[in-house]
Amino acid sequence: MSKTFSVGGIHPKDNKISVGAAIENFPLMETAYISMSQHLGAPAEPLVAKGDKVKAGQLIAKANGFISANIHSSVSGTVSAIELLPDLAGNLVQHVVVKVEGDEWDEKIDRSPEIVREIKLSPSEIITKIADCGIVGLGGAAFPTHIKLSPPPGKKAEYLVMNGAECEPYLTSDYRIMLENPEEILIGTRIMMIALGVKKAYVGIEDNKPKAIRKMKELCSKQYRDIKIVSLQKKYPQGGEKQLIDAILGRQVPSMGLPIDTGVVVQNVGTALAVYEAVQKNKPLFEGVVTVTGKCMTEQRNFRMRVGTTFESMLFAVGGFPKDAEKLVSGGPMMGKAVARIEAASVKSTSALLLLTEEETKRKPEANCIRCAKCVDACPMGLEPFLLNRLSRAGRIDDLEVNMVQDCIECGSCLYVCPANIPLLDTIRLSKASVLKIMRSRPKK
Amino acid sequence: MKKLIVSPAPHLHGKETTKSLMRDVVIALVPSLLVSVYYFGFSAIKLALVGIATAVLVEYVIQRYIVKTKITVNDYSAALTGLLLSLNLPPNSPWWIMFIGSVVAIGIAKMTFGGVGQNLFNPALVGRVFLLVSFPVIMTDYSIPTSWFREGIDAGSGATALSIVKEGLAKGMTMDQIFSQNEFSYAQMLFSKIGGSVGEVSAFALILGFIYLLIRKVIKPHIPLAIVGTVVVFSGIFWLIDPTHYTDPMFNVLTGGILIGSIFMATDYVTSPMSNKGMIVYGVGIGVITMLIRNWGAYPEGISFAILILNACVPLINMYFKPVRFGKGVKHG
Amino acid sequence: MTTTIIFTIASLSVLGLVLALILYFTAQKFKVVEDPRIDDVETILPGANCGGCGFAGCRAFAEGCVKAGSLDGLFCPVGGNETMKKVAGYLGVTVADKAPQVAVVRCNGNCDSRPKSSNYDGYSSCAVMATLYSGDTDCRYGCLGQGDCEISCDFDAIKMNPRTGLPEVDEEKCTACGACVKACPKFIIELRNKGPKGKRIFVSCINKDKGGVAKKACAVACIGCTKCQKVCAYDAITISSNLAYIDYNKCKLCRKCVVECPTNAIWEVNFPVRVPKRDTADVEQQ
Repeated sequence: MSKTFSVGGIHPKDNKISVGAAIENFPLMETAYISMSQHLGAPAEPLVAKGDKVKAGQLIAKANGFISANIHSSVSGTVSAIELLPDLAGNLVQHVVVKVEGDEWDEKIDRSPEIVREIKLSPSEIITKIADCGIVGLGGAAFPTHIKLSPPPGKKAEYLVMNGAECEPYLTSDYRIMLENPEEILIGTRIMMIALGVKKAYVGIEDNKPKAIRKMKELCSKQYRDIKIVSLQKKYPQGGEKQLIDAILGRQVPSMGLPIDTGVVVQNVGTALAVYEAVQKNKPLFEGVVTVTGKCMTEQRNFRMRVGTTFESMLFAVGGFPKDAEKLVSGGPMMGKAVARIEAASVKSTSALLLLTEEETKRKPEANCIRCAKCVDACPMGLEPFLLNRLSRAGRIDDLEVNMVQDCIECGSCLYVCPANIPLLDTIRLSKASVLKIMRSRPKK
Repeated sequence: MKKLIVSPAPHLHGKETTKSLMRDVVIALVPSLLVSVYYFGFSAIKLALVGIATAVLVEYVIQRYIVKTKITVNDYSAALTGLLLSLNLPPNSPWWIMFIGSVVAIGIAKMTFGGVGQNLFNPALVGRVFLLVSFPVIMTDYSIPTSWFREGIDAGSGATALSIVKEGLAKGMTMDQIFSQNEFSYAQMLFSKIGGSVGEVSAFALILGFIYLLIRKVIKPHIPLAIVGTVVVFSGIFWLIDPTHYTDPMFNVLTGGILIGSIFMATDYVTSPMSNKGMIVYGVGIGVITMLIRNWGAYPEGISFAILILNACVPLINMYFKPVRFGKGVKHG
Repeated sequence: MTTTIIFTIASLSVLGLVLALILYFTAQKFKVVEDPRIDDVETILPGANCGGCGFAGCRAFAEGCVKAGSLDGLFCPVGGNETMKKVAGYLGVTVADKAPQVAVVRCNGNCDSRPKSSNYDGYSSCAVMATLYSGDTDCRYGCLGQGDCEISCDFDAIKMNPRTGLPEVDEEKCTACGACVKACPKFIIELRNKGPKGKRIFVSCINKDKGGVAKKACAVACIGCTKCQKVCAYDAITISSNLAYIDYNKCKLCRKCVVECPTNAIWEVNFPVRVPKRDTADVEQQ
């Protein structure tokens, strides 16, 4: 029997229609738009100026502040501008615009296909290397990886948990890399284990990906005995780090806590691949696997794509804008962001471009709450979304805090199940932000 | 360039709607309705039709002309209230009783609170209790009307098993004497006629509906099991102490609307608690109060009153019995 | 019979006495000594509890007035100067007159001049929309049109106009409490001096983009062309990051800038209708 997390969860139809599409290289674009805010935290500081020649993999922006990450050019060519351009939400973000000329990579990058198995670096060297290469978490939040791999003083990691659950419907990028680069992922995992000083790692994979589980298990039984593959039941949001730890280790992260509070560090399998490439092959994070999929499309694709590709060119590559697509989503359908500007470019953590039809995505008019408690049953954090929604609309910040709105992981399960189509998460997300702001402004005890 | 839809995540939505959930409950009531039509014939159809039509009409009129709000009669909730109320009346009730009951249920118990989702008390039960205290003679006359399907059926006893027991006990008879004078067979109670309201003629049909609701995940089993469990434990204790004055658990569960009440009335979304713990507390409360009324109260049954009393406690239950929070009781460190 | 009556009277009297004593001592024990003037000041105040003064309601404001000793920096926007004078008179202090203010919506990009570029499909709230993206038009600064200001108003003074998709202020009802200013996530609404007989001139745009970008997104945007600044004889107009702003303390209401503005972004309100040079229908705020 596969494991799963203990509280709540939902079972949306998984719709992984692009599973069969092998990863292919995305045709090189003409112009790359590289955002300076590709990660959680402060935007990076550009190091290049207009007219500079850059190579793929060359550092073009430096991490600025504690939580920040380096950014490397994803293409070779000339910097044509450094300007404010809209991101997918239409907000202006500083971008380095590179006119593509040829495809010349930085000399340090090892482009040979051989797998480098031997890990030579010490833990501190690994972390420096990961920071230099600008690796961020590819599970969605884009948190700089080197910070996650350096637990705060007094906290000690016991286990590394790898997230290969890919619980979001439609997405297949993690599945494809587990199928095509399993050994690289395991070496990347081991590198992170060395960096953290842990003896045991788990890779959680949902059981709707039996091929990936089989392949990874085979490898582990031979060479990577310290890494255990755990088969998980298909249930959303299994890939939430708190849910994943609960599912695999049976430990629950306390309210307002981080995984490290239970002695666990969670990383995505995509991040492991990026770590492998950075540490063993000297390749900074400037490309990633992006699923381009949707029911309204004739073909489903998995692309290896450079950072800074516009959504427009992705649509172009799959044969233009399908007639009945009404919404573009960057990322999964449950937690991804709707794309407002198709001229915006992909970032490091872009994992998918999803095209949804009106029938699939359009919200129905809101009706009265019938107190069916479906949201309560669905909430993976054991909260009461119906109540939080009511309190949010009344602006009762104190009661919201008592009812733990700050624990919400914004997975969207409540809004998904609500039979009355109440925009539960919209209001909860808003009040969670204000509650967190108040909690953080309080003097620490 | 096409205008894209932009909205906050999630971008997918489940298929369930208020309408589909209510429709499932109506479907779950169909077996009971069919059995009652088989036993009571036209009378059962008449009550159901009058009940549904009145309930829908009253809701429409109020929403259209009085409150002037969006009309939601097509979400099956009014129809469900009407149908449930019709299944809760004695089979021989005149149509106007059904009409008054539906008007009270929708007009007073539901719409005055603000319509679907806002009412504090279960509308169908308010309708039933209103009728019970206003027209006690009609509402306790459980004689069986003649049926098309079963010509020459023996005209019913006119009283429910529980009221026979209650009267017998009042006369100072022991349980054995009462049971020897009347035939109560559990097999009969499970499948067919026993004096009672329209819908509870067959326990089996009700349980069939219950299973359907569970499979469709419309309701959770917590409330019905808590009620039935409490009734079994409560009556079992007294029965073991003094079998001559108290009825046995099986008898208690199968009579007096425990099944229809616990499966269809107590589980009403709007008037039941939200968390699993709360549901169990609510179910136990209903079970205890029902048995208190049965053993020592003025009415022979009592689940209607018990549910209404616990309906009033639901806001409190919701406040004190929260769902199990993720990571609760785990210390930082 | 008699004994029953006597017994009843006696027991009830004793009970009453005991309860009265308990009440008395409790009241003594938990007595809160409060300045009686607070009550009186509170009765002078309008009692709207809108929070426009910065206090948590009228009583808190009354307490603030009494405790502060002077009324500097304290102002009840709802009651206005009249109420403040009454409070000052009661407390025996002086108070300076404050020019009456009104909420002003600084966006005039209606559905025609600022076409929608996406369809928003979430909870109808400006705050939710603002955290999600820059807005459903190409203007990143403009009104989102979900009506958070209307909900925030306790006085029914600001209403969304479904025709333009913009909020409109009812000058008679507006008390300048500032609730809508706080509610607007785009900082479009500003409290400005009402002006003599309600006459006032303001820039109805807050788009800080370069002229071309702003103009492309919205036909009536301020493009920062500095024409108004040049024509102003009183130095009332400042331009920063491609956006003109009229200082209401310096503006002498000469109306030259209004005519000068090439995009009709400067509005005049409550002036007599001038010789029709341009379509006044969309200029009139009401």
